[in-house]
Amino acid sequence: MTDRSQSCGGSCGCKPEAETVDESRRGFLAGAAAAGATVLAPGVTLYAYGTAEAAAAGADPKKRWGLLIDVSKCVEGCTGCVTACQTENGWKTTGKPATDPQWIRKVTLRDPKSGATRSAPVMCQHCAEPPCADVCPTGASFKRADGIVLVDRHRCIGCRYCMMACPYKARSFVHEALEDQKPHAPRGMGTVEGCTLCVHRVDKGVAPACVEACAQTAGAIMFGDIADPKSEISKVIATYATMQIRGDLGVDPGVRYRNL
Amino acid sequence: MSERSSLERLLLVVSLLVMTVLAGIIGAHAGEVPLPAVPKATAGSCVAPPEVMRRSHMSMLQHGRDLSVRQGERIDGGRLTGCVNCHAVSDGKGGAVTVSSPQHFCRACHDYAAVKIDCFECHASRPEQAPKASDASPDVPASAHAALADYAKEIAR
Repeated sequence: MTDRSQSCGGSCGCKPEAETVDESRRGFLAGAAAAGATVLAPGVTLYAYGTAEAAAAGADPKKRWGLLIDVSKCVEGCTGCVTACQTENGWKTTGKPATDPQWIRKVTLRDPKSGATRSAPVMCQHCAEPPCADVCPTGASFKRADGIVLVDRHRCIGCRYCMMACPYKARSFVHEALEDQKPHAPRGMGTVEGCTLCVHRVDKGVAPACVEACAQTAGAIMFGDIADPKSEISKVIATYATMQIRGDLGVDPGVRYRNL
Repeated sequence: MSERSSLERLLLVVSLLVMTVLAGIIGAHAGEVPLPAVPKATAGSCVAPPEVMRRSHMSMLQHGRDLSVRQGERIDGGRLTGCVNCHAVSDGKGGAVTVSSPQHFCRACHDYAAVKIDCFECHASRPEQAPKASDASPDVPASAHAALADYAKEIAR
């Protein structure tokens, strides 16, 4: 835009208005970004996870991405996070519930004595010591340098050993041939899949789809770097009592729950 | 008697051989497999010259997939996604053909060479948005172009 306006500089009689248009657009974008950062629930800052340069450099070993789910804020019956995940990553029911893919699911817990119920989303817990990666015979299940646990489908042979090893039932197997997957979320028959913590978004410096969707309604899910004591999520974890599901297993999940 | 029959047998074998060779030569000329009609990319220039791409595209993709998946080193516009977007073939109905069509860019050559492609068992074989004939600039930014072109040079050496 600037180049064009400079090439004639208004000398040819045309109005060099490109610059002003550009400025106003810039202003609008800046405003939108600021609004995006403030509109969301407190503690959820969507665009503060690193610069474009950092993203291009790949997974940062100094970081550990994690989630904090405030169960008291999670609304029973709301499946906003699940729908957002489906839309983002292109998985849906195949009409056969027994073999349906399930990257994230809503779980309702009930205390049999008091009858009190709690509802919370459960997805891959992105463990520091992932049992799925331990048992994988081909090295397809692995933990990225920044703590995100993934399936490298180029190496997955579909043995489903990881599904057996996962204490959280977080992985599923693709039974049927697929077409028109999302370009950023490849998935195919004969391989195992699970929550990727929206790695394609995280690499761009954007929060996972479930976090973004929940921030617009309940604001129960928080995303951030749990290895950085100065991050919002670390401050909340340091201040309030939070827990890991089956923390006794020693797998050190990166997903924590509050008020469970 | 026995001598004669062995001579006959030899003659039969030789004539059969000659016929087979002749049939092969004639057949090859009569029913030559046509060269693949490779569809043109929607716009722009590729990350490397055609002769490099023909020989090395698989190495480039394999190199890129490990960087993307395991190291998280992504490039704008994606690697395979970039190829798929630029090489989309219109289905004449406003969309792009999937790999199930023989017109698909990758299939045009792979069918000819009889090499199976596994990529599209997991990856999307057409762009999310339909390709536009009027779309003058490809969806692959210059930085991605440069990164891939560098690797192409590395391979070519």
